[in-house]
Amino acid sequence: MSDANVAESESSRPLPASPGRRAWRRFRHNRPAVISSWFLAVLLLVVLGWPALLAIAGHAGTAGKAFAEQHDPDALSEGQFQPPNVTHWFGTDVHGRDVFSRTLYGAQISLLVGAVGTLVSLIIGVTWGAVAGYLGGRWDSGLMRFVDILYSLPSIIFVIVLITTMEGFLKDWLAHRASAEWGKFARLLFLFFGLGAVSWLTMARIVRGQVLVLRNRSFVEASRVLGAGHRHILFRHILPNILGVVIVYLALTIPAIILYESFLSYLGLGIQPPMASWGSLIADGAGQINTIRVYWWLLVFPGAMLVSTLLALNYLGDGFRDAWDVRGDR
Amino acid sequence: MYFVRRILFMFPLLVAISLSSFLLMHAAPGNPFDKERKPASPQIERNLRKKYHADEPLWEQYLRYLGVGWKHDEQGRLHWFQGGLIRGDFGPSLKNRDHSVNDLIAQGLPVSLPLGLLAFGFAMGLGLPLGFITAVKRGKWEDYAGSLLAILAVCIPGLVIGPLLLVIFAIHFRWFPVALWESPMHAVLPMIALGLYFAGKVARLMREGMLNVMQSEFITTARAKGMSENRLLLKHGVRIAILPVVSYAGPMLADLLTGSFVIESIFQIPGLGTPFVNASTGSDYCVVVGLVILYAVLLLGLNLVVDIAYVFLDPRVKYE
Amino acid sequence: MNFKTKPRSKWRRGFRILIAPAQCPIRAVQLLFFAGSLLLLAGCTRNEPRADLVIVNGAEPQSLDPAIMTGEPDLRVVTSIFEGLTRLDPTNALPIPGLASNWDISADQKVYTFHMRTNLVWSTGEPLTADDVIYSWLRALNPETASDYAGQLYFLKNGEEYNTGVIKDPSLVGCKALDRYTVRAELKNPTAFFLDLCAFPTLLTVPRQTIEKYGDRWLSARPLPSSGPYELVAWRVNDKIRVRKNERYWDAANTKLGLVDFLAIASAPVALNLYETGAADVVWDKDLVPTELMDVLSKRPDFHSFSELGTYFVLMNTTRKPFDDPRVRQALALVVDKDRIIRKIIKQGGIPADSLTPPGLARYQSPKGLGYDPEKARRLLAEAGYPGGKGFPRVQYIFNAPAGGAAVPHEKIGVELQQMWHDELGIEVELRQLEWGTYLSAESHLDYDMGRASWIGDYNDADTFLNLYLSDNGNNRTGWKSEVYDKLLQSADEQLDPVAREKIFQKAEAMLIRDAVPIIPLYYYVGLNYFDDRKIKGIHNNVLDQHPVNFIWKVKTPPATGAVQSPGMATVQLIETR
Repeated sequence: MSDANVAESESSRPLPASPGRRAWRRFRHNRPAVISSWFLAVLLLVVLGWPALLAIAGHAGTAGKAFAEQHDPDALSEGQFQPPNVTHWFGTDVHGRDVFSRTLYGAQISLLVGAVGTLVSLIIGVTWGAVAGYLGGRWDSGLMRFVDILYSLPSIIFVIVLITTMEGFLKDWLAHRASAEWGKFARLLFLFFGLGAVSWLTMARIVRGQVLVLRNRSFVEASRVLGAGHRHILFRHILPNILGVVIVYLALTIPAIILYESFLSYLGLGIQPPMASWGSLIADGAGQINTIRVYWWLLVFPGAMLVSTLLALNYLGDGFRDAWDVRGDR
Repeated sequence: MYFVRRILFMFPLLVAISLSSFLLMHAAPGNPFDKERKPASPQIERNLRKKYHADEPLWEQYLRYLGVGWKHDEQGRLHWFQGGLIRGDFGPSLKNRDHSVNDLIAQGLPVSLPLGLLAFGFAMGLGLPLGFITAVKRGKWEDYAGSLLAILAVCIPGLVIGPLLLVIFAIHFRWFPVALWESPMHAVLPMIALGLYFAGKVARLMREGMLNVMQSEFITTARAKGMSENRLLLKHGVRIAILPVVSYAGPMLADLLTGSFVIESIFQIPGLGTPFVNASTGSDYCVVVGLVILYAVLLLGLNLVVDIAYVFLDPRVKYE
Repeated sequence: MNFKTKPRSKWRRGFRILIAPAQCPIRAVQLLFFAGSLLLLAGCTRNEPRADLVIVNGAEPQSLDPAIMTGEPDLRVVTSIFEGLTRLDPTNALPIPGLASNWDISADQKVYTFHMRTNLVWSTGEPLTADDVIYSWLRALNPETASDYAGQLYFLKNGEEYNTGVIKDPSLVGCKALDRYTVRAELKNPTAFFLDLCAFPTLLTVPRQTIEKYGDRWLSARPLPSSGPYELVAWRVNDKIRVRKNERYWDAANTKLGLVDFLAIASAPVALNLYETGAADVVWDKDLVPTELMDVLSKRPDFHSFSELGTYFVLMNTTRKPFDDPRVRQALALVVDKDRIIRKIIKQGGIPADSLTPPGLARYQSPKGLGYDPEKARRLLAEAGYPGGKGFPRVQYIFNAPAGGAAVPHEKIGVELQQMWHDELGIEVELRQLEWGTYLSAESHLDYDMGRASWIGDYNDADTFLNLYLSDNGNNRTGWKSEVYDKLLQSADEQLDPVAREKIFQKAEAMLIRDAVPIIPLYYYVGLNYFDDRKIKGIHNNVLDQHPVNFIWKVKTPPATGAVQSPGMATVQLIETR
């Protein structure tokens, strides 16, 4: 930023900024996107800081210990189904557990699944799309035909079948290799890879489109003429130029994966107790709806957190897209 | 020709899908014959497994499932496999012993399909005008309000809005029934809960499409030549702007069908979702494989229809 | 200049007219109306009259074939469609005449001769005779039917041998049709509860003519011949089962309700919502009562609870260390505070259990169990080699995941148990929730440390609980074997005198729950249901939680005017007044 300022003060007209700088400037003027990024930053801070706070409080004398115990997400208490009050800011659930804590711990899981799943889909999608776009010809049409087919199939059904059938194996395998503790992460791993594996299609399409365009640009041609190998071209020229697009779709894939995960958790196929995610918390809350007592805090708080996070991520993605001036298929 | 090729390609694809789901289901631990009360003698369980051919080798079971092939029985007589997939018989259900998978589909599809179509209609009916208005009135308050609504709709998933609608409209106000699928009133809340997300998506796509079109060359040309704004946008613009929506219609239908699982669970609607989830967790092989194939067929077919519509809509597109 | 674009073909023109509504925002509202009309169209597929009684029955029945069914919801529907030689009295669940009007029992209590009514017909008109009864029993025993409950007929001579394939000729089984209306049953041992068994689904009379015609798909035949008070009209999976009064039933005059719906709902809050909004009249599956609302619900007049023949307990795998030491098992049992579990979790849904057999069994009083003694438990644990829990391996307690939102307390109980074992004995127990099939498989194959279990009595006799822990019983999922126990039960089977039999059973049970302790009984089930008993009569509290539908009727006029329809039955009827 300081360079641009110096340039402006030195000459009458501003130096042309790089695409990155231009994009950043556009982004900064997009108010919802900026608010969203602040929101996400604060959310991350709170989500990561809360367990740390509890851990510290646990060692900080009796008052601190009491605080830590009350807010321990796995601690039972006799106070079942308390509405929000001074000690439990979001109320308690059926076991007397603090909903505030559980929502934040659940946020960890949901965001983790979103992030890792997106990473998986990124790796698969970018590789697939780049290879298809770069090789062109029959490879391209073959690979993209596969994507077209998968696009039209209900992939979440395959994930359900995969989870219900293969999880047992992974659990046993993990329990053998590592300790039995690791077995409970089997479901989480399945979610990471399963959800990532059904979300890479759009990314592949976008990347392939961009690579096709870039491949024929003059600077790539020049590079080839100068004798650069395929790997050099791919890594030095093509991939950095699709970064913008990739980031946009990254920001839009995270909410999609978080949604998928809450969908699976609602059906009982997602996170298993005692771990919680927003989806399982919402499912628990929805399962308690009856005509006699409405435990609204069980549904409203995790729901509101989920909705606001998704909202922020979507605005962020839109902001990125507007900033990089990308026109995608979707 | 292109479309004929696509239809022909469906068959090997379905075989591949059926084989992979079949293998997955059989590889899973746990078997559907485990009961909480064990029968008085292990012989009974063996009889049960024999009855459902569960002790045959896997490839033989698969052929029997397809309905191709033969087997020699104990006396050495030749038996051709009866029924099977090629004759349209999806097999027995092991959890609902008195029903076959065909029965379950015949009962569940007439419920799930109308629900999906209703939600589709709702999404289109709400999303298209919303997208159009927000694009045309860009920058004004209609745009901000409409866009906010659209993005909210996308961010509030069915599993949050379903219970909310239930609490407010069914339990508090008692305007709508709480569960089941008995009358038109029963369909309203599930339709809204399912379709709202897609309405938002459609609105956003439509807005984007319209904005692109409004800046495109042929519109500026027509405008320069003096055509009235409204007529211009309506007659020419929408036809092109709707294309992203049409190409999204394929995956949208897929998501509608799967999204209905959660809605059916919230509103206790007897569609195909509940049997599918129960069958996957309960190792009911034929139901799972049958429903996977059904969904694949449905969606491949619907996608074909969508692609045909695309050809009619966009004069630039040609398939060879 | 002409800007009218010429469509390339008439197909495109036609298509464009079709999507015309989409081209105008005002006319796009037409799409909304289009959706609305679709809605009406779709919804119009179900225009049936409302049933006289709508019952929320619990989970979807796996099968309505009396020989194959195993679940409680299945039983409730099956007993309304088919009948056996006896049926159960709704007030006390004891056997009363059904298809048979009376019977003779031999002196050694091993031969029963049933005299059937002579005017019996199927709902489709064919005559119902003793041959049908024999056919039904032999079909249940036939190994090809693969009936899970064939064990109920093992009390007949050669019943087990025929079912396990030892003998191939069904005519050797101890049941014969002496003539058109007489059935003779020969038993292996005197079986005090044989008449109760005759009302059990496995022994109900099924239509031979339909089964021979349709084979496995006989339940899809319409009309389905029925031998009971109702006939099957419609069966929609995961939705509802509709039955209609069978006018040809021998006691049709006393069957009041014309149409009855059984709804397949497994989720407690949904059941409650349906009931509260008037969509359902009765909710009668105890898994459908949300325990969290128990304190509010139990105060309402339409809430009924009664003790039931069912026990919830903890299993221990006696083939695995450290559970092979009975002292360890006793220690674990002695620190379980059952009152606390009831108070915190189950509330009115259970009674703290001391023994395996619940109260209310005919001809039986349960012996005292181990009780609650943490001091003794710690001593025993130290004796077994784990003082203060040191060195005790980390073990797992497994339980199954609730199916579809059913209000099951397994996890909460697990959490409490975990705390109790940790706080009192210092041992670490890990909780593990398994999917239903995996959980069953783990327990059956003895691939677990500790797990939850429950058992509902099939008939009103202690035998149904105590024979669980015979060495060869497939439902004995603990790996515990004892010849002494087996011999005790065997001698009880041969005992004619009910008092002596009771003493033998008590000795066996005391051995089971005080010395061997392969199980820790937690609580006895309490049957729960809700319905407005001012409007609906004929549902009584009995230990088997069975409420035959044909004894239920609805009051036509409000109770204030006092005009209550009388049932006109021979058995004692409680007229409830408010």
